[in-house]
Amino acid sequence: MANKNRFGNIYLVLVFLVLYAPILYLMYYSFNSGGTMHQFEGFTLQYYKEVFADTRLIIIVINTLVIALLSSALATIIGIMGALAIHQMQNRRVRNTLLSLNNVLIVNPDVIIGASFLILFTMVGIKLGFYSVLLSHVAFSVPIAVIMILPRLQEMSPSLVDAARDLGASRMDVLTKVILPFIKPGIYAGFFMALTYSLDDFAVTFFVTGSGYSTLSVEIYSRARQGVSLSINALSTLIFLFTVLLVVGYYFIMRKANRNGKKEPAAEMGVPR
Amino acid sequence: MSGNTRAAYLLPYYLWIVLFVAAPVVLVFYYSLFDVDGHFTFSNYAQFLTPVYLSMTLSSFWYALLITVCSLLVAYPAAYLLTRTKHKQLWLLLIILPTWINLLLKTYAFIGIFGTYGPVNAVLSLVGLGGQQLLFTSSSFVFVSVYIFVPFMILPIYNALEGLNPSLLDAARDLGASKWTAFRRVIFPLTLSGVRSGCMAVFIPALSLFMITRLIAGNRVITLGTAIEQHFLVTQDWGMGSTVAVFLILAMAIIMLITSGTKRRVRHGK
Repeated sequence: MANKNRFGNIYLVLVFLVLYAPILYLMYYSFNSGGTMHQFEGFTLQYYKEVFADTRLIIIVINTLVIALLSSALATIIGIMGALAIHQMQNRRVRNTLLSLNNVLIVNPDVIIGASFLILFTMVGIKLGFYSVLLSHVAFSVPIAVIMILPRLQEMSPSLVDAARDLGASRMDVLTKVILPFIKPGIYAGFFMALTYSLDDFAVTFFVTGSGYSTLSVEIYSRARQGVSLSINALSTLIFLFTVLLVVGYYFIMRKANRNGKKEPAAEMGVPR
Repeated sequence: MSGNTRAAYLLPYYLWIVLFVAAPVVLVFYYSLFDVDGHFTFSNYAQFLTPVYLSMTLSSFWYALLITVCSLLVAYPAAYLLTRTKHKQLWLLLIILPTWINLLLKTYAFIGIFGTYGPVNAVLSLVGLGGQQLLFTSSSFVFVSVYIFVPFMILPIYNALEGLNPSLLDAARDLGASKWTAFRRVIFPLTLSGVRSGCMAVFIPALSLFMITRLIAGNRVITLGTAIEQHFLVTQDWGMGSTVAVFLILAMAIIMLITSGTKRRVRHGK
């Protein structure tokens, strides 16, 4: 029994090792003065300096953040409306149809989303660049926001709304003073999820960026195709630290949301592509 | 507010459904009926049914299947062992954390790891196997893909295992089932929904991968995703690209129908 346990532990440790090896590998070599991803020659911060001196890269990082924040804010707002729409739907069949339509973009492969949005934008006449990227990020983040918000809405007791109405609250009051505060944790979770999806997205963005405009993942892809450059390593170390901050932040939001709940926060955390 | 304004504030959502859910799919179908010069034709479909495209589709499915099976084989024991650990929350968080890191960066790391002078080759020569060409092979492609997808498989299986009623297991043991029998007859069948949603979360993206094929497999593996990207962004043959996309959509719809009835929250592993 104890023996079996040990075997299991070894397996788990092995999985963790493999899972983290590439990330640690990248971080380790970001300090290599040798300029390659093998043979560590000496410690240097040169590549970090390069990252901070690279104005093009910094603009791209800002682009990525602007797109992520803007698109997740917009997607969350539309997501709230969507969750309300689905929640209010009385007819079961219409409701299920709405839900399946909502989930189409979640199960659809990124390549198809990217290609079809490319067709859409060219047909409508939207120039590829900032707006096309923003629109597509809003578009694929909406269903995620809906899915994070809807369960909270369904947990809400209908008598809460009835009581507010009986006490003379207008529809608007019910929405802003009863419903929205109640589903706040879901809204935060949706926003966060949309944020990480947007920060992480490559495939969709790749199709709709056009030339001249770029986000971080598209830039990393084009640099990686040119070969190894340690400034990417330095950049990825910085991104890793930022990601850890995000995850910890998200974890605490979920924990707060589930404080009196039964589910564990980590199991609830969605996984971006 | 009257009924009209009530509907009005939901308008952005419905607009989103029409513009970004329905219209793109319709447009893909529409474009698949035109050739490079913009003439209406069925030739794209005829071309898709030639051996070149069919064998590509077949190999795409084969790799996706291989990746899914490998991920499952790695993920199930890991998920099972995770539910047995003391600080489950922490370990689970540690499994999830790498998935939040940009996929491109992780793939990029493997360029170094599998490189000619990378650590894997160093170990291989130490053992006496000598240097191997690891990068730009189909096996490294499968390995990296499995690496990327494993957490997505672990999560739903973990959730299914956690949702299991422990008294069922006690009952099986009381009734004299061995550990293995209890697993085979009780645990595994009851966590099948988790396995299914995990497989969905891996299989569909695996069908449409394209940057891993480019960066790691060096165009040695061509998936449906690579073909679509190639047609849309390189050869500019949107019609043919759309046709491949149509078949991918159809394949997905069929997969969904087969596995329907299970609760699916693909990326949330619920």
